[in-house]
Amino acid sequence: MTLIYPVASNGIHPARLSPAYRSALLRSPQKPLIPMRHTLSELTGPVYGHETVRAHDNDLTIQAKGEPLGERIIVHGHVRDEDGRGVPNTLVEIWQANACGRYIHVVDQHPAPLDPNFTGAGRTQSDDKGCYKFITIKPGAYPWGNHHNAWRPAHIHFSVFGHSFVSRLVTQMYFPGDPLFPFDPIFNSVTDEKARARMISSFDLDNTKPEWALCYRFDIVLRGRNATPMETK
Amino acid sequence: MSRPDGITPSQTVGPYFKYGLTPNGEYEWNDAFTNNLLTSDTSGERIRVEGKVYDGDGAVIPDCMLEIWQADAQGRFSDPQDKRALPNSSFKGFGRCGTDKSGGYSFDTIKPGAVPDADGKPQAPHIVLAVFARGMLLHLCTRIYFDDEAGNANDPVLALVPADRRATLIAKKTGGNAYTFDVHLQGDSETVFFEV
Repeated sequence: MTLIYPVASNGIHPARLSPAYRSALLRSPQKPLIPMRHTLSELTGPVYGHETVRAHDNDLTIQAKGEPLGERIIVHGHVRDEDGRGVPNTLVEIWQANACGRYIHVVDQHPAPLDPNFTGAGRTQSDDKGCYKFITIKPGAYPWGNHHNAWRPAHIHFSVFGHSFVSRLVTQMYFPGDPLFPFDPIFNSVTDEKARARMISSFDLDNTKPEWALCYRFDIVLRGRNATPMETK
Repeated sequence: MSRPDGITPSQTVGPYFKYGLTPNGEYEWNDAFTNNLLTSDTSGERIRVEGKVYDGDGAVIPDCMLEIWQADAQGRFSDPQDKRALPNSSFKGFGRCGTDKSGGYSFDTIKPGAVPDADGKPQAPHIVLAVFARGMLLHLCTRIYFDDEAGNANDPVLALVPADRRATLIAKKTGGNAYTFDVHLQGDSETVFFEV
């Protein structure tokens, strides 16, 4: 399979300088990016064996002696490319705040309790069809200093690799119906409404486990198209 | 199999990725990747690439994550999509490093070999670099070239860059096997970033 990566697909990404997000002001380039044709350096990417992922790394509720507090949830989905093909055996990493909206990171000083039984980091590899699954705790919203009374909508950070260096994606998964959406400059840095909706997971009753945990589905679409699409015939 | 409407948008890596992506012994989670790409059977010239990351005010960025991807000393990628690949070592070619309090990073790796461009012509040895940080809604991609490579003069990608900005892409040998490559996200010395 030979893939191509049309640069036009990047059009839905946030502008690097989204002025409402204050941290971007000094961290976004002011000179134009230089377009270039992809070479083997861009068209290849790291391949992982299972050695990178340990058993149970995808269950964030069993990493400590006891169970973390909060609402246990299942988060699963399908990693696909732009043609809709599953992306198998790709690394998916997540990190998140605990149920109270507090990260274990030392810089996070939000006065909400840490949970000794929750680290908030996980990783897994998509299966041979491109599907992945995590078991975790629903993260809480938390305040940040971007503007007066700024709160981040609850989210889980995702890092995904895909087929090549240029399919690399770091994003955030949100939860449906969050009342903080209209006020969050990071979420709204994606200006296309349909594209923004692709960052919101959907409640998945079919895969909710009775008497145990609600399930959310978060599908991820990475760059990469077949170089010889059938439409051209 | 339905065709997706588009790709999933990028969001910032944020300020709190360290315990998940670059714990480096400071958190209990283990590192999936480190800044040392060398394996005992890696052939080639062992080098260290190091530097600092700066914002538009010239302040160092202590919460940045850098990822590199490169060919081995023979110019082959550890990826089956590189049809020429005949990996003779466990060298993977991928590294990840979080910046420290002074904005510093380093990678221990090997000098990559030349890799062909889209037309099959050789490119000068280079490492591709992705930069992630709080304040960056979408990561930036650039390339690290080396100041002791004659091939730079004919490199087709460097040729796309205005001459007065090319130096931002070239790591300087500082003695021993160390090269310095600073990244400036903004400002007069702004690093050249590529639209890929």
